[in-house]
Amino acid sequence: MRHFPTLLRHELRTLCYAPATYIAAFLFLIVMGSLFQWVIETYNQSAQETIPWVIFFQLFWLPVFFMVPLLTMRSFSEEKRQGTLENLMTTPTGTAEIVLAKFFSAYLLYLALWGATIGFNHILFHFAQDPRVVETGPLLGGFLFCALSGLLFIATGIFASTVTRSQLVAGIFSFTLLFGLIVGSRYLSELKQLETTYSANLRNWIDALQIFQHAEDLGRGVLDSRAVFFYVFSAALMLSFSTLVIRSKVWRS
Amino acid sequence: MSTTEPPSIDVENLVKKYAGVTAVNEVTFSVAKGEIIGFLGPNGAGKSTTMRILTGFIPGTSGDARIRGIDVARHPEKVRRHIGYMPENNPLPDDMRVIEYLKLRGRLKEIPRRRLRARLDDVLEVCDLKRAARRIIGTLSKGYRQRVGIADSILAEPEVIIMDEPTIGLDPHQIVMIRDLIASLRGKMSILISSHILPEIEMTCDRVVIINGGRVVAANTPANLRREFIPETNYLAEVQGPPEGLAAALARAGINNVSVEADSANGEHDFFPVTFATNDEREIGERIADALLAGGRYRLRSLRRKEPTLEEVFMAATRRSWDVLMPDSGGKGMRRTTDPAPRRNSALAATN
Repeated sequence: MRHFPTLLRHELRTLCYAPATYIAAFLFLIVMGSLFQWVIETYNQSAQETIPWVIFFQLFWLPVFFMVPLLTMRSFSEEKRQGTLENLMTTPTGTAEIVLAKFFSAYLLYLALWGATIGFNHILFHFAQDPRVVETGPLLGGFLFCALSGLLFIATGIFASTVTRSQLVAGIFSFTLLFGLIVGSRYLSELKQLETTYSANLRNWIDALQIFQHAEDLGRGVLDSRAVFFYVFSAALMLSFSTLVIRSKVWRS
Repeated sequence: MSTTEPPSIDVENLVKKYAGVTAVNEVTFSVAKGEIIGFLGPNGAGKSTTMRILTGFIPGTSGDARIRGIDVARHPEKVRRHIGYMPENNPLPDDMRVIEYLKLRGRLKEIPRRRLRARLDDVLEVCDLKRAARRIIGTLSKGYRQRVGIADSILAEPEVIIMDEPTIGLDPHQIVMIRDLIASLRGKMSILISSHILPEIEMTCDRVVIINGGRVVAANTPANLRREFIPETNYLAEVQGPPEGLAAALARAGINNVSVEADSANGEHDFFPVTFATNDEREIGERIADALLAGGRYRLRSLRRKEPTLEEVFMAATRRSWDVLMPDSGGKGMRRTTDPAPRRNSALAATN
């Protein structure tokens, strides 16, 4: 991992120069700002059981669907299109280092964008002047959920980028995978066929992998180790697949 | 006990198949330390594939490729520490400055930080890139981009440099500059260079490997290749006199085994071009001149010995009818299935 810091710096720099990064940041902050405003208006109309941040973080999927593809679609597809991956892979750098550098650069940017939403909290406190609406527990839980689930989402985006030379195709594939991951797991848990006693175990497993459920639990301050394991393991799996694809693509080119 | 140093590049019976197509077929050659080798072949001959295998970017289907004695297939990461590679089309990131890119490459090639600055200065100077160091690569002309690629390949002072068409798209000034640069590396680095600009290869390289249809069809010094593929020596003359008596005039002077081809239809002021072809390697130009002038029947305006160009050797070596069976040991020389007789006509035709 000797070249990892150099590659990470290079990837961060590349992301900072890419227009897609600024489009993603702009859209993210606009969408999340509007959502936060909508949540506050809902609270204004009727009393709610939870603080605004719990509902806010349950809407995580909305920015994930467009932000993750925008942040990751360029990573490998563009290098393949330009041919610069050949240049990179004929230096003493390992494939895993390249994949990890691309993953962590996108992940750090993802975290930074979610971190920017902390400004909403200050605005809310400034106007509400009520410490109950800015409880730190759910806030920290929400950000922890974003950080954990972000591992899987970004790794999925990176994987999508390894399989094609087209940024557009990578973006669409990334969206499709994320949609299947987030919405698909919810759909599975609601299947009637899984309500029999025979499928109880399977049902338990699917419930444990429910991303919406994780968002809710962490928002309430409940940290399930299974969720941590799920995100870390599945992100590692996605990155391993990405490494294999890059190697195998190289072999076939 | 003395130990012999392994060749810088050693390729033995290398085969690469893509979906049933054999791109590289039993290729064998080696490059000694400090040697500059020209890698020639028509498009699709397998040059780039062989080079990519040597860098560890793609694996061969069978056979061996070693850099400094290290097996490329088994230790690609180790091999990459010994090579500088400039791929075909020279892909570069368009959004970086030249100096930023070279600095990044230097770090990835594990050049110590304290030496990197000096090396960057050196390669910018050598490749005449000082003025373009702060420019964005995407805005550079083709010639500058090629120079950036070359600067990158020599940056870490590797023992082996592999360049795939480094002079493509360069103007004559830049070609001379690259030729001088490569020549300056002679003895320090081993260089494998592919190019379509054959005079450049001839001027720069110690040896030439010609590949066609995935097979090595010739590997030797340009002079030996000439002898091997175009053994005739041609003398071009401008002669005035009866063309039908030329052979007899030579015979009277004791010059035999010389074929004469007079192009009496294309001449001016009664002088017409004549080609004298002989398999005799000795210089017989003066004797030809004496023979023609002896009887007073002929007047001679010019006479010169014509060496076959590398293009002619290349064309002869890659001719499809020459089916190469197996390269000899070390790839120097090979057996052919057909009689080399047809080469004679082509050589003569080429000189006309």
